[in-house]
Amino acid sequence: MSDITLDAKVPDGDIQTLWDEHKFNMKLVNPANKRKYEIIVVGTGLAGASAAATLAQLGYNVSAFTFHDSPRRAHSIAAQGGINAAKNYHGDGDSVHRLFYDTVKGGDFRSREANVYRLAQVSNSIIDQCAAQGVPFAREYGGLLDNRSFGGAQVSRTFYARGQTGQQLLLGAYQALAEQVGLGKVKLYNRCEFLDVVQVDGRAAGIVTRDLLTGEVQSHAAHAVVLATGGYSNAFFLSTNAMACNVSAAWRAHRRGALFANPCYTQIHPTCIPSSDEFQSKLTLMSESLRNDGRVWVPTKAGDPRGPDQIPESERDYFLERKYPSFGNLVPRDVASRNIKAQVDSGKGVGPLRNGAYLDFAESIKRLSPQVVEERYGNLFDMYERITDENPYKQPMRIFPAPHYTMGGLWVDYHLETTIPGLYAIGEANFADQGANRLGASALMQGLADGYFILPYTIGDGLAPLLNKPLADTNHPAFKAAEAEVTDRYRGYLATNGTRSVDWFHRELGHIVWDNCGMERSRPGLEKALSEIPALYQEFKTDLRVLGDDRSLNQSLERAGRVDDFFQLAELMCRDALEREESCGGHFRVEHQTEEGEALRDDENFAYVAAWEWTGPDTPAELHKEHLDFKHVHLAQRSYK
Amino acid sequence: MTATEPLSGSPAPAAPGRTLNLTLRVWRQAGPDAPGAFEDYDAPGISVDMSFLEMLDVVNERLVEQSREPITFDHDCREGICGTCSLMINGRPHGPQRGTATCQLHMRKFADGDTIVIEPWRAEAFPVVRDLAVDRGAFDRIVEAGGYITVNSGSAPDANLIPIPKSVADAAFDAAACIGCGACVAACPNGAAQLFTSAKLAHLNLLPQGQAERYKRTEAMVDTMEELFGSCTNHGECEAACPKEIPIDFIALLNKDYLRAKLKNRRYLSRKP
Repeated sequence: MSDITLDAKVPDGDIQTLWDEHKFNMKLVNPANKRKYEIIVVGTGLAGASAAATLAQLGYNVSAFTFHDSPRRAHSIAAQGGINAAKNYHGDGDSVHRLFYDTVKGGDFRSREANVYRLAQVSNSIIDQCAAQGVPFAREYGGLLDNRSFGGAQVSRTFYARGQTGQQLLLGAYQALAEQVGLGKVKLYNRCEFLDVVQVDGRAAGIVTRDLLTGEVQSHAAHAVVLATGGYSNAFFLSTNAMACNVSAAWRAHRRGALFANPCYTQIHPTCIPSSDEFQSKLTLMSESLRNDGRVWVPTKAGDPRGPDQIPESERDYFLERKYPSFGNLVPRDVASRNIKAQVDSGKGVGPLRNGAYLDFAESIKRLSPQVVEERYGNLFDMYERITDENPYKQPMRIFPAPHYTMGGLWVDYHLETTIPGLYAIGEANFADQGANRLGASALMQGLADGYFILPYTIGDGLAPLLNKPLADTNHPAFKAAEAEVTDRYRGYLATNGTRSVDWFHRELGHIVWDNCGMERSRPGLEKALSEIPALYQEFKTDLRVLGDDRSLNQSLERAGRVDDFFQLAELMCRDALEREESCGGHFRVEHQTEEGEALRDDENFAYVAAWEWTGPDTPAELHKEHLDFKHVHLAQRSYK
Repeated sequence: MTATEPLSGSPAPAAPGRTLNLTLRVWRQAGPDAPGAFEDYDAPGISVDMSFLEMLDVVNERLVEQSREPITFDHDCREGICGTCSLMINGRPHGPQRGTATCQLHMRKFADGDTIVIEPWRAEAFPVVRDLAVDRGAFDRIVEAGGYITVNSGSAPDANLIPIPKSVADAAFDAAACIGCGACVAACPNGAAQLFTSAKLAHLNLLPQGQAERYKRTEAMVDTMEELFGSCTNHGECEAACPKEIPIDFIALLNKDYLRAKLKNRRYLSRKP
């Protein structure tokens, strides 16, 4: 038993003024002293790049690490749809409180109220910041910013940049980071992978990395370490994440004492292109914004062999509009995903493999003109055509849900600090703001809120007491031990000399996780997964084949380390899903549903954050609970009807 | 090699489930200083629905089975947006399909029996790291020199304070769509980076927010570019190779702003916009 007590450190006070008051109450580091501190930021996506740039602007010395060749490659770049803010530019009744309310409700009442309120508050500053950086948001003819509505909201609060919002926001953050690199305030390490966090005297004192080009294992000391390393959807193998996205940084921190919260909260995005064959390496998302103008349907008759143009209106089932008249096609992602899956499972799937539903634009093209539709979605339609060889202007798209985002992540308090003092987690890598389901256009919001406007304040409170404390010596035994461990682990992969490739293991693991811990979970399924994963992991340890050496660029070796960590995480995901005897948001236990098949929460017993403590490779993780209090949002069964 | 087809056209659809038997001629190079050479690989049974990179995944899996080292190539999002993938395919950056990055190129664009030659980007500023992967850090150096608008986090005015005509915002966006893949440099006989640099400059120089640093930015970025890359002699190959179809018009804007940057007395800039 460990003596961890989870203290979220949410200050007392009125939620509306809490953050402002807290900013005043936190300790400050004076500008002349900031240059005495070294901060490491791992990851250069929206959260990491914005944090590194902001910390450097403030005067801290920052080292930024990315395993990509350039910080601009981070997977935030692929976000399509948009970013929420409570600007109420359209006068349709939006407010900070409404954005807060929608986000807590959308998360199925499993997020921490104070964090979400703060997120809604700073959302407006993000838009201001990005517009000033030159992010080319969509504009109306009068020159002012345009908005659209997104799933789970009944106001137009989503700012967007064609279908490339993530790209443009990331380039804004990347440019701010590049400026600081040019000024010498940020030292950038590219093609350099984080492999361990090192603690000295009970505090994060630095990290161990591996240079992907030379294989060199190196230690770096700092006064604080920030992980902005994204989510773990690739545990499913097939997901919309980029190929290199992984859980390793968060997982290695977890193994060193950082609690991992709600690993079973994963989001399955409803509108992705259905897979076409077993060689598929990843799934491609089609922005949720498409549901603004596209109508989801399947034929009323199972196994209907006709093409979409041959099926008359009377024989189509627009099932989202039928079941949820007030939200229609714009229900939250978890609800849309489950409904699409239910239709496909009932034999009504469409396409050559009968594994999708239609997303039809015919009516919008008629109502708006092909030009307007092209302006809104042109790049998405082009991408769809490139992949499927079908023209969505002429025939409906085919869509099916795919793993996309993970709400779970490292447990953090109100300061975004993990249970390892001095180690922070921001963006998708932490767990705090999205609850059990993330609404569309709030991932970009959270990443940038954490990086630009929250962490740069809270980190000062942790750093102030360390004034004039020297950096840890990278020759300290703790660093040397971590370096040796990393070196041994990677040599071990090479020495296994088995018969199966890394990708084979990853694919097999993905099958198990998707089948048993995907869109629907059940006790027998999870128990099956919990026996199959360790068996496959054992095979991984004895039958892996990685060729080449550890002194040059070796992509299979990189992947071996990541897949190793996915195995360990997958087990915890299933454990967490098994413990949570309720359905909430993206976590759907078949045993817990309403008569209409909606998620059935159990607030009395499960209104808590499940934070898991690593106890060793051969002993089960230990569960700690942070109870969630809802003072400002009334706990209710979500209804989107 | 198959004919190049524009995306908006209507290519004859390949029969689903069809497979191709291909020969790959791939550049293999063990490291930055090692000598490189082409090696041939048979790639039978490749489905036309695979993407080009999935085809390489399959070839790599087969190589590992035979205990031969897999081919190193850069890739990540596989959605045509991160700019990580590269590859000279039959002498063309990102292959035969216009406006399409390698990761979005599908095998239905090739014919049974084709020999496909796959090389890394060939440019002095992009040294080969291994096999098909190159170092494009020189692009980052150009952005670090001035490819940004200076604004400290938290100090921005309301986003709607400065209205921007839609046409201006759209033009800036067209330039900002650059994914930094380096195809323009690889396509250029001189290994010049004018299209990349001009896209970033146009994105920022067209916007009202970018005016304060406009000439400083232009001079710094162009000078860094000239240090690291070859010179532009107006071949126009870059535009043809760009997966985002960024037009060379932006190079004209770059030249114009660079000339003005050299002539302007920046202390008096605000007098004459």
